[in-house]
Amino acid sequence: MIDFALTKEQLLQQELFRKFAETEIKPLSRDMDEAEEYSMELVQKMQKAGFFGIPYSRDYGGAGADVLTYTLCMEEVSKVDASTGITISVHTSLCCACINEFGSEEQKQKYLRPLVSGEKIGCYSLTEPNAGTDASGVQTEATKDGDYYILNGSKVFTTNSGFADTFVVFALTDKTLGPKGMSAFIVERGTEGLSVGRNIPRCGIRAASNCEVAIQNVRVHKSQMLGREGQGYKIAMTALGGGRIGIGAQAVGIAQGAINETMKYVKERKQFGKRISQFQNTQFKLAEMQTKVDAARLMVWRAARAKDLHQNYAPLAAMCKLYASEVANDVTRECVQLFGGYGYSREYPVERAFRDAKITEIYEGTSEAMKMIISGAMKVK
Amino acid sequence: MEIVVCIKQVPDTTEVKLDPKTNTLIRDGVPSIINPDDKAALEAALELKEKVGGNVTVVCMGPPQADVALREALAMGCDNAVLLSDRNFGGSDTYATAHILAAGLRHIGYDIVFAGRQAIDGDTAQVGPQLAEQLKIPQVSYATGIQVEGNTVTVKRQIEDRYYLMQTQTPCLITVLSEFGKPRYMTVGGIVDAYQKEITVLGFEDLKDKLVPEHIGLKGSPTNVRQSFAKQAKGTGTVLNVSPDEAVKAIMEKLIEKHVI
Repeated sequence: MIDFALTKEQLLQQELFRKFAETEIKPLSRDMDEAEEYSMELVQKMQKAGFFGIPYSRDYGGAGADVLTYTLCMEEVSKVDASTGITISVHTSLCCACINEFGSEEQKQKYLRPLVSGEKIGCYSLTEPNAGTDASGVQTEATKDGDYYILNGSKVFTTNSGFADTFVVFALTDKTLGPKGMSAFIVERGTEGLSVGRNIPRCGIRAASNCEVAIQNVRVHKSQMLGREGQGYKIAMTALGGGRIGIGAQAVGIAQGAINETMKYVKERKQFGKRISQFQNTQFKLAEMQTKVDAARLMVWRAARAKDLHQNYAPLAAMCKLYASEVANDVTRECVQLFGGYGYSREYPVERAFRDAKITEIYEGTSEAMKMIISGAMKVK
Repeated sequence: MEIVVCIKQVPDTTEVKLDPKTNTLIRDGVPSIINPDDKAALEAALELKEKVGGNVTVVCMGPPQADVALREALAMGCDNAVLLSDRNFGGSDTYATAHILAAGLRHIGYDIVFAGRQAIDGDTAQVGPQLAEQLKIPQVSYATGIQVEGNTVTVKRQIEDRYYLMQTQTPCLITVLSEFGKPRYMTVGGIVDAYQKEITVLGFEDLKDKLVPEHIGLKGSPTNVRQSFAKQAKGTGTVLNVSPDEAVKAIMEKLIEKHVI
């Protein structure tokens, strides 16, 4: 152990993310949430600033930064807008990760490069109406037809699908083998038979695009398969394993953002002739909340650092996601409470944070799935 | 084209307070930033490079900690960074600073030099113009727009109530207003690159042939600060809680009473 401090480079990155989030994202977050639509102009600004290729090699047009820097981005943007967090996260740590870790050189040049250099947006299509935590329940099929595969099925909650250019789609190439019969395909938007349905109305992260995706006789060339036939489940799980670090960071951001807003409010709001920050209940609540958030952040950084060092990060990622998402829910609930009635109104951002926090306990693996991974790594049987 | 931008690292004065006893700035714990007008100068330089090509070198005089400001400029897109840093440079006023910067610029070489109009800590607006004088090159201050064709530089110069279109030849120096435009963000990849680049540090020994030692540092500075004091806060004014019509009437009466109209 050396210390818990960020490097000068990481600090400057953090400053960029913070300033960008405050100036460009924060003024839009409430309106985007109300409209249930993400701003494409904002996507373009973030692409230009390099937010969509942070931990990827310069060789493919990425920013060449580390996973820890990526978590700093996730935290800073999620402080002001959790929908932005998931938009970046699904693109970066699910879609791009699949291609980066399992794609051939040719696939990386063709598909990864435009994704990480900021020209295209990616999404990841695994979840189906009957396949959530049990991803082995995927029913979408891929039938071989010469040099092509014909895909049929339907997906739900595909984040970014409303505007993504590149889809990583999971389908069964052999139904008899269960998860071992699953394969991963890169499908481009506009391919005949691939259609994106409605943005599913949600409790939180409402500005994000989480649509149904219908796949009807979608013909993809075998060169669009990632890895080998039957490797799909492994690809899906590997990507999710890394993605959880980003979700942990998103949860930390949601919580820290809510604390920051609450700090401002309690110093202004007067009741019983005092600022409510003068009450010990307020002080102790905030002290408890900040302690939890700091602990969660350190867990996120630990997992990110392990991934940067190519160590076994998966259980650490599960732990940080489990803990940070619970902290985000506890903290945002308490922040609403400190705000009182105004906290419940949609005029103040803690209400949105409260709604946004819930999903972090569900997507990219529920808290229960995290406990399965962690206890598995502990070899508790 | 060799484009050089001079920047200053300043305390973020939006977060600075005065020590009521000494009337000096309390700098402890105050973040340092690139001076806002200088950031506009960086934007002007980078836009010019995009149009006419060339190299953008960012120059800063300051202590070793000014390294951060230079990294930020690199991350915005500058090609090279030079830090003018030496104990002998400490305590310089605007004249001595311009003298040192001039030596640095002669060392580096330049076609166009950009500087911000003024720094938010000293607010003198002197270093840019003094630097042009020291280098004996033409200067245009208060620029909000720049066009370069060949050696001809056309500058839109803004003063309080009008614009001037000024034309000059390279080499020249231009001081830029924040109104020039919103400075671009750093990029994530730009920051990674910025920390892989070397920052050239030039000290007294490197520049001694190009400057007069008696004209630098505290001893070479003709300016003496005799007193610094906080501005008296203005009164709260009069608040009238009346209808818009009555408010207009009250304001008009006041203006007539004061012989403004």
